[in-house]
Amino acid sequence: MASLHVNGIVYPVDVPDDAPLLWVIREKLGLTGTKYGCGIAQCGSCTVHIDGKPERSCQITVREVQGKRITTIEGIPDTHPVKKAWIEDDVPQCGYCHPGQIMSAVALLKEKPSPTDADIDAAMSGNLCRCGTYQRIRRAIHRAAQAKTGGKR
Amino acid sequence: MNTVMVINRRRFLKTAALFGGGLILGVALPGGKADSQPAGEKTSFVPNAFLRIGSDDSVTIIINKSEMGQGVYTSLPMLVAEELEADWSTIRIEPAPVHPAYNHAEWGGMQGTGGSTSVKSEWTRLRTAGAAARIMLIRAAADTWKVKPESCRAEQGHVLHPPTRRRISYGALAEKAAKLSPPTTIPLKPDNQLKLLGTSVKRLDTPAKVNGSAVFGIDAGGKDILIALVAHPPVFGGKVKSLSADTARNTQGVKDVVVLDSGVAVVADSFWAAERGRDALEIVWDEGPMAAFETATQRKEYAALAQTPGAVARHEGDAEKALKQAARSIHAEYEVPYLAHATMEPLNCVVELRDDRCDIWVGTQFQTADRDAAARVSGLKPEQVSVHTMFLGCGFGRRANPASDFVVEAVKIAKAVKKPIRMIWTREDDTKAGYYRPMWYDRISAGIDTSGKPVAWRHTIVGQSIMEGTPFAASIRNGVDETSVEGAHDIPYAIPHVHVDLHSPKTGVPVLWWRSVGHSHTAFVVESFLDELAHAAGQDPYAYRLALLKSHPRHRAVLKRAAEQAGWGRPLPKNHFHGIAVHASFGSYVAQVAEVSVKPDGTVRVHKVFCAVDCGKTVNPDTIAAQMEGAIVFGLSATLHGAITFKQGRVEQSNFHDYPVLRMAEMPEVTVSIIKSTEAPGGIGEPGVPPVAPAVCNAVFAATGKRIRRLPIRTEELKRT
Repeated sequence: MASLHVNGIVYPVDVPDDAPLLWVIREKLGLTGTKYGCGIAQCGSCTVHIDGKPERSCQITVREVQGKRITTIEGIPDTHPVKKAWIEDDVPQCGYCHPGQIMSAVALLKEKPSPTDADIDAAMSGNLCRCGTYQRIRRAIHRAAQAKTGGKR
Repeated sequence: MNTVMVINRRRFLKTAALFGGGLILGVALPGGKADSQPAGEKTSFVPNAFLRIGSDDSVTIIINKSEMGQGVYTSLPMLVAEELEADWSTIRIEPAPVHPAYNHAEWGGMQGTGGSTSVKSEWTRLRTAGAAARIMLIRAAADTWKVKPESCRAEQGHVLHPPTRRRISYGALAEKAAKLSPPTTIPLKPDNQLKLLGTSVKRLDTPAKVNGSAVFGIDAGGKDILIALVAHPPVFGGKVKSLSADTARNTQGVKDVVVLDSGVAVVADSFWAAERGRDALEIVWDEGPMAAFETATQRKEYAALAQTPGAVARHEGDAEKALKQAARSIHAEYEVPYLAHATMEPLNCVVELRDDRCDIWVGTQFQTADRDAAARVSGLKPEQVSVHTMFLGCGFGRRANPASDFVVEAVKIAKAVKKPIRMIWTREDDTKAGYYRPMWYDRISAGIDTSGKPVAWRHTIVGQSIMEGTPFAASIRNGVDETSVEGAHDIPYAIPHVHVDLHSPKTGVPVLWWRSVGHSHTAFVVESFLDELAHAAGQDPYAYRLALLKSHPRHRAVLKRAAEQAGWGRPLPKNHFHGIAVHASFGSYVAQVAEVSVKPDGTVRVHKVFCAVDCGKTVNPDTIAAQMEGAIVFGLSATLHGAITFKQGRVEQSNFHDYPVLRMAEMPEVTVSIIKSTEAPGGIGEPGVPPVAPAVCNAVFAATGKRIRRLPIRTEELKRT
């Protein structure tokens, strides 16, 4: 039987090897923070981290993540500067895409602690927000970067 | 800490309890355990349908509007809390069940969210609900202390008796207050005493939306519920002619295949099994009368129709004669395509149908219609159907369907398989299966005098009626569906001779309101054409508008504010150009200035948008700014990208690669300025959308001399190399 290592917990899962990770996370593990938006890696709502890298879970099979560490929105602590910045700037509207947005933003800041606007454009353009919260996402990423680097830019 | 009820732990008030019984019933969720009152809350004071005060000092506000991003789960509690003098940190909220007490205050016999009406329609009712409770709590305290109620006052969830410095919490008064009869006169605070309203309170739903715990419709129903996907006909109006479902049935995980009016459902133990099963269906479709439907043909038909007189929406003076006599006349034809709502959360619905009841967990804007539709389909009485309103992953009007299409489909599947199901439309289903903003074709003419002033205006609109065929069809007067002409028949500009008429052809393409409805196309046409007139008159488009708006101070104020913010008329960075537009809708006034550049390859880049809004009295300014920011993005997606088109009866688009919406890298810098106003509250969810397209296209004209008369903007039209 396959197993999934999600947010520090190992879950045995009785699913076909080629089942998409997104749906196994949602339907078998009950972790519904990770969202379905398009199924073809166009919207980023299903973004999770696999060994620390942001990936579209709708495009990844259970087989491909055997032995890898998966982090979902539920695995990002509430004290994380990105989550705090998202609350400070009241970023979400409907909120549906934001777990994916936050996963992409957390990964961006790990890679680039003080991202420029161009870095944000590059890292975040795969995450759609139909409510149009992009300006606040940008602001919150800068805020989180400042919090992480102690205000040094 | 504020809490938003996590919806898989929701409770429902028994109807009787709404008016004072205080009894709370638990409900069972599919795959979940029976719910109960959360620990710690003892309900004892339920002064009305919108409010519960617990003896533990909890204040629960019941919200009859759907939260789809517009912030009603914060703005509506603010209305109650202001008059209640509640301690804001103790406020919790709960979505309302379907009950007449929660009907829309302006729409009559139905519960629903739309038309940018939430704050303006609840402004008085929810404040009154809070004020009534405060009056009763003060009386309860006065009785306890044996003092006059007039010598007491309420503050921060307490009643105070200043002469004796006594203070008692609402929770401690709840039981006593519950025994009092409601007050007969309930005065509301004068504006100068408002403390909470008009301040940027943090949204109550943000924490749950940031940590992934917010439960949307698609998240309801628990693990292991059966998943249903539906194969819809490739052409609207198509039916199953023959079906071979053996391979689908034999697909691992597939439990059932159900033929519906609207297609063929595959029910499985997982999404992927349902998807594979659906792929394995062999269906021969009777494609019906729309099998040859083509956008190219439809455009020609609409253009021809626009040359003929339609149903009259406005007739003032003699526009025909004035056009002929004018010093100069200008003519143009505009068109915009069908548009999908493309809500971020694709349509879905969870249903548990039993012999004597039906529970529906759904992100909906039309609770009553959905409940009644579910009752019809299931054969139950409406009161046996419970609609549990979940967070909506966007609405934009798509989840307010008088036909309740996706709810009906889900209940039919549940009825056939006799098990709880979660029906999900894939993104492709969501893009291809309707409903859409109608396609519109506009023919417009104006005459200007020797000074450049418009003297005649004639506008013919062609496009499907949204109201036709719905329970709202009675609102169609003399062949005119108001939602087709709003923003066109009521242009504010001082023009003596105006004629606006309408053709409402039937096509078989399902249409629906789409954020800002008729205004989404009329503002584009009117505000672009007004720019054409300014250009023909050789005048500045901003000054030209101001001169024609002398009797419309609110239009003028937002125009001036947006122009000031943008620095209208001042030098811009090289190759950057401004465009301006103003439009009133849903009781609010919005002007926008777009700063745009056009690359030699025709790509339009919107750098900045300056937005001024007058929505009357404000509740939560930060939410207003957020709605303007979001509306601008929504409008830009339609201006730069969106189109649903048909070939051989089939929708040509399927997902975000061929129905693109704005992405981060295209996001302009948006500045929002709110006009201070003492006018009645207006809407805020939609009014930011209409001015975007004309402001951008007017800037494109300034940049290139090329007038955009068809959306979305085609880069090949603007190519200079």
